Amino acid sequence: MAIKTNKAVKISQKHLLGIQDLSVNDINYILDESETFIKLNQSKNKKIDVLRGKTQINLFFEPSTRTQSSFELAGKRLGADVMSMNMGNSAIKKGETLIDTAMTLNAMHPDIIVIRHQDSGACNLLSQKVNCVVLNAGDGRREHPTQALLDALTIRNRKKKIQGLKIAICGDILHSRVARSNIYLLTMLGAEVNIVAPSNLMPKEIEKFGVNTFTDMKKGLKDCDIVMMLRLQNERMTSSYLSSNREYYEYYGLTPDKLDHAKSDALIMHPGPMNRGIEIDTRLADDINKSVIKEQVELGVAVRMACLKIFCE
Amino acid sequence: MKKQYFINANIIDPHNSINENGGLIIGEDGKIEAIGKKVNTNNLPTREKPTDLKGKYIFPGIVDMRVFVGEPGYEYKENFRTLSNAALSGGVTSVVTMPNTDPIIDNVSIVDFLKRRGRDKSKINIFPCASLTQNTDGTNMTEFGLLAKKGIIAFTDGVKTIQNTRLMSRIMNSAKDLGCLIMQHAEDYNLAKNGMINSGIIATKLGLSSIPDIAERIIIERDLTLLEKTKCRYHISQLSSGKSVDIIKERKQNVKFTCGVSINNLSLNENDIGDFRTFLKLSPPLRREEDREVLVQGLKDKTIDVIVSDHKPEDEESKRLTFAQAATGASGIETLLSLSLELFHNGSVKLETIIQALTSNPAKILNINKGNLSIGNDADFCIVDINKPWIVKKENLISKSKNTSIEDKKLQGKVTNTFVKGIELFKI
Repeated sequence: MAIKTNKAVKISQKHLLGIQDLSVNDINYILDESETFIKLNQSKNKKIDVLRGKTQINLFFEPSTRTQSSFELAGKRLGADVMSMNMGNSAIKKGETLIDTAMTLNAMHPDIIVIRHQDSGACNLLSQKVNCVVLNAGDGRREHPTQALLDALTIRNRKKKIQGLKIAICGDILHSRVARSNIYLLTMLGAEVNIVAPSNLMPKEIEKFGVNTFTDMKKGLKDCDIVMMLRLQNERMTSSYLSSNREYYEYYGLTPDKLDHAKSDALIMHPGPMNRGIEIDTRLADDINKSVIKEQVELGVAVRMACLKIFCE
Repeated sequence: MKKQYFINANIIDPHNSINENGGLIIGEDGKIEAIGKKVNTNNLPTREKPTDLKGKYIFPGIVDMRVFVGEPGYEYKENFRTLSNAALSGGVTSVVTMPNTDPIIDNVSIVDFLKRRGRDKSKINIFPCASLTQNTDGTNMTEFGLLAKKGIIAFTDGVKTIQNTRLMSRIMNSAKDLGCLIMQHAEDYNLAKNGMINSGIIATKLGLSSIPDIAERIIIERDLTLLEKTKCRYHISQLSSGKSVDIIKERKQNVKFTCGVSINNLSLNENDIGDFRTFLKLSPPLRREEDREVLVQGLKDKTIDVIVSDHKPEDEESKRLTFAQAATGASGIETLLSLSLELFHNGSVKLETIIQALTSNPAKILNINKGNLSIGNDADFCIVDINKPWIVKKENLISKSKNTSIEDKKLQGKVTNTFVKGIELFKI
């Protein structure tokens, strides 16, 4: 299948470390490129060769199902040689630092390193030390740019625009890189963003990013076009932020009665993995008329293909 | 030693209220014989050839109250020899060393070792601190009395804070009984847990756990409340927030205590952390520009008594990590004076106030006869070209560790000569 490319547009950054480094043009360029891969991924022959001869290393220091498999599939469909490293079994366990690992891999001349790390800024550090392109697949609580891009693509596909939409991002904002990347991206593209979270999970001075903040979910969802739920990140919680899951569900779980405050055609999104019955009612999660959660996963591969292609060129 | 004569210097000695153009005579014993405007070419013996300083400044040797030396245990970060060379290049002639070594300075036998090493390897005056609690674990007090008899002039857990209020109350009682100085690093651990930088938009943007300024305030308010009951010699090592300065200003009217500030917090703010610069991972953290401005004002109106370098040498391996994993602290003893002079050059604080906070104030708090140019005292002083421009370069630093918080910064004012006991030990 022929792939249209928009050679005239170039990306402003060498690496994809975060949405905050990108311009509106960059974002639209990536989204437009992603569109071309959606069709490819639905066709019988899913493989092309734009990255033939290129080596992609996936360096995942944190467990991941969808992001890692999505990046792996994206690289393979573009014809790259993909190596996924499970860092749980690596020299890191023997005391090697991130930089030494990076230097070791760098010596093998990869073209792209995709990194996920539990520490914010890990991808920035890596990008300073290697010669190849670094794509951030999530660093600590800072950024998860490809997730925000795939969310934007999903919204754009369904609503045909982003500008002027009212979008609520709800839940554990404090620990969420997905929330941060989405806030940057959606505000940049002209959406109105409502942040809904209990005070204990609301980052300090988040309103300075140009968002509205709510501790009352019903108010936060009022007239929204999109309701984006986030996972409660129990693994990042070091002390008591919440009294219980059942109380959280009562006040911040997405239930039909809360969703009634949003627009009648509002879409439900979730980056996964979901805690059903904690942040989202299981029926809503599976409601094919409202939930676009599976579509997010599908478009995730297309977005990552576009990122690999654009940043590797 | 030959007698030495210096003329035509701008001498600032806050302890003796000297701020005038004049000269300095150092005797054969390395002590100060005469100082001030009366020392000039008219009344010097004609056979002597005095050194004309041509308007350069003479300050008493700086007394740095918060310095980390890697000895014992972390000699690869800094030892007494490298520390003293670094100090001399910055005009520092006396340092108070923190007890956070390996082993911790918490008992009499290790003090003997430390004093021997300090004496043999160091050219400057070393005043070691001992810890407040055994192994700085915040549970059992150290032997303040016996340690003081061995020459320990102050007690602190250094990078750690006494969290237990009952223990702090007992520490203050003992310190009062024995006349000891205690120094607190003010940080509530529960509020600061896992925190790395100031709370606010920068922490949110970088996705780093943060330390709110109330973590400092709560310990300060708690300690000052205890201090009202038990009036001991109490010093807050470093302030970082504007709110702390307000509280201290108010509380100083009723209860006697002192406080310091790191030159980092006076000169930098949280924006300097930029793209995860681990050399600016500091404790207390850099805060907002508004906080920095209040700290400068606090120094100016003398609410804050002391400027320290908070010199914390860390080797490259401890800093070439992600921000979360990187060690805390910056090397700073060499640039303490020059960076402080920035506050004078930009018109924020009077020169005499800065020098006071670097010399006579710390000496007075510590109760040591240093940081002054009194006649008969050891001639510990530095000569400073107050306008000389220079740029901080990592590779030119003398300290064993190069983790400066102000790499490539342009500074104005440089120490050209440093003397200890009348001997010139540093010269550009």
